[in-house]
Amino acid sequence: MYEPKEIEIMESVYDKNEEKARQINASLTASGVYAVNMMGAPGVGKTSCLIKLIRALGDTACSVIEGDIESDIDTQKLLSLGVNTVQINTGGACHLDSPVIGEAVEGLCLKSGVLFIENIGNLVCPAEFEIGEHAKMLISAVTEGSDKPYKYPLAFEKADIILLNKCDLLAYTDFDEDFFLKGVRALNKIAPVVKVSCKTGEGFDEAVLWIKEKIKA
Amino acid sequence: MHEYPVTKQIIETASKYAKENHAGKVRRINLVVGDYCGYVASSIELYFDIIAQGSPCEGAVLNISRVKPELKCDACGEFFVREPFSFKCPFCGGEGGPTEKGREFYIKSIEV
Repeated sequence: MYEPKEIEIMESVYDKNEEKARQINASLTASGVYAVNMMGAPGVGKTSCLIKLIRALGDTACSVIEGDIESDIDTQKLLSLGVNTVQINTGGACHLDSPVIGEAVEGLCLKSGVLFIENIGNLVCPAEFEIGEHAKMLISAVTEGSDKPYKYPLAFEKADIILLNKCDLLAYTDFDEDFFLKGVRALNKIAPVVKVSCKTGEGFDEAVLWIKEKIKA
Repeated sequence: MHEYPVTKQIIETASKYAKENHAGKVRRINLVVGDYCGYVASSIELYFDIIAQGSPCEGAVLNISRVKPELKCDACGEFFVREPFSFKCPFCGGEGGPTEKGREFYIKSIEV
């Protein structure tokens, strides 16, 4: 005879990923590595910002984990510039998670400096998964439009710093800075919003200063 | 798209608890899914029957309670569901900030 019995579980489905993320974070911290999870939609200039940041960081050792669904175009670009880079191809998965980052970090044998993890170009899923990072850097671009905080709130809420890229194009677009900032501030009271341009180099000194302050802290 | 591995994890967790409680079969899984948790409830349902085949969860009913996301007004402290393209509080006109409501994603219980 079937006698139903309810077993209470109350277990978050995120638990496994978050536990692994905590392990990665502790191991990176112990090695003196500061990890930055770079998130943003396809085409906002994540790799271009990455290159600008690495150059502006000067003597600080920088490594990169490149996440892409397919191809190693960005990795080849970074390797040609002499940046220690490993590629992760997710083969369709829309975000990076802790298990894949754990393996990539082991492969890099990091000793110190900054580890940039370029997430899959996607303004949705990467924001939901901890990957052991110390900070989340969100790249947005004026060409995306100023409504993005309203449409993709989680990415803006979770960001520790937001770079607004392609600011050299402000005069040629209908980007409404006030509307953008109002949306960002409703979701996130503290993340600095830094206007940058990979074309002109504007703003990267400020972004790098923020990273350096964080490393010291 | 990432619902597949997560559905697999739900089935593994439910099967593990069933085994620990000496139950052969899971009849029902009670899952709480917030609309802002990043997982689409209907996609989880879609994968569930396929992945559950051959596991103690085969044939189980997946009971999903969905939770609507709510903001909390910075000014008056009321919780509200936001309108598109706005964070405005319908009670006092203030600005609402994000809350954990709508982010839930957990297995509440199983029935065996």
